[in-house]
Amino acid sequence: MKLLTHNLLSSHVRGVGPRGFPLRLQATEVRVNPVEFNPDFVARMIPKVEWAALLEAADTLNLAEVPREPTEGYEHDEDFLRKMHHVLLEVEVLEGTLQCPESGRLFPISRGIPNMLLNDEETET
Amino acid sequence: MIDVQTKMTERALELLCLPEGQPSYLLDIGCGTGLSGDYLTEEGHYWVGIDISPAMLDAALDREIDGDLLLGDMGQGVPFRPGSFDGCISISAVQWLCNANKKSDIPAKRLYCFFSSLYSVLVRGARAVLQLYPENSEQLELITTQATRAGFTGGVVVDYPNSTKAKKFYLCLFSGPSAFLPKGLSEAEDGEEATESRFTKDRARYRMARQGMVKKSREWVLEKKERRRRQGKAVRPDTQYTGRKRRPRF
Repeated sequence: MKLLTHNLLSSHVRGVGPRGFPLRLQATEVRVNPVEFNPDFVARMIPKVEWAALLEAADTLNLAEVPREPTEGYEHDEDFLRKMHHVLLEVEVLEGTLQCPESGRLFPISRGIPNMLLNDEETET
Repeated sequence: MIDVQTKMTERALELLCLPEGQPSYLLDIGCGTGLSGDYLTEEGHYWVGIDISPAMLDAALDREIDGDLLLGDMGQGVPFRPGSFDGCISISAVQWLCNANKKSDIPAKRLYCFFSSLYSVLVRGARAVLQLYPENSEQLELITTQATRAGFTGGVVVDYPNSTKAKKFYLCLFSGPSAFLPKGLSEAEDGEEATESRFTKDRARYRMARQGMVKKSREWVLEKKERRRRQGKAVRPDTQYTGRKRRPRF
């Protein structure tokens, strides 16, 4: 699971709504993969990123060199974009858990795939 | 030989009408082993796939796909923040929502849960193209009704409506203001054939349709077989031998 995906994931347990974000990340195994740098895509994703959640996740994973906030004119700042590219797309959590902040429900991550299946009592239906 | 799934993904992406030359962040519902996802990567997009089967996702991991995977049930909702995705595709997956696997499952509720959460996670104005195999017209209507209730506009695009083998249904949903629904593909080269029903004042007499046909010709035999099929009778499949000229002694 890449950090970009983690930044967009939200808990869909019944009754939680917008308070289901951000999912608290705990990682026991992390991997860094090289991914081709696409400045266009990274620049387009920056406005969607929730910075507080990203910084919290990056701190949990002990990542260095994480920009604290988008700089002015970030679309042309290649250094900034490269750093964001590394944080969002190259760091992968292989084993760990995600915790819903409102209900406390744990979603395990195995082989890089979070298990978001809910029980009958937890679904909206 | 290009896989059928890949062809359908190509068509779904075409119907998605994403801005040219721009990498998008897409959602793949029922991604399975990542066959459709591979095509998305090839086209330069980034994607997240959801599937309910751990076996399929394991197979996807072995294929080393580029997108992120989630183990999840689309009928429980899509677990993302509002406005996360630029578009959504699905290949041969949404019809499964109509099956009630547990006694407590109500297909209509699961469909509504799926569509309302999908509407929320898409960026305003984004599209979702869902290729599906509806069992019958009631099922298709159930699905489209729930999608409309969730706030989507759009419709069903049918490719090759006259061919039982090639016929494909694409549910095209728009989350923003009503957009123009693309035309389905058909056999006719000129593309003049209408794929939606036309309501006109003039009524063609049914008998006119059969006047052109000589009795017992190959055309007539094929038409008669088609008629009996429509009546629901058991009819042999059409082959190259159907209605062929026999020796005079026959």
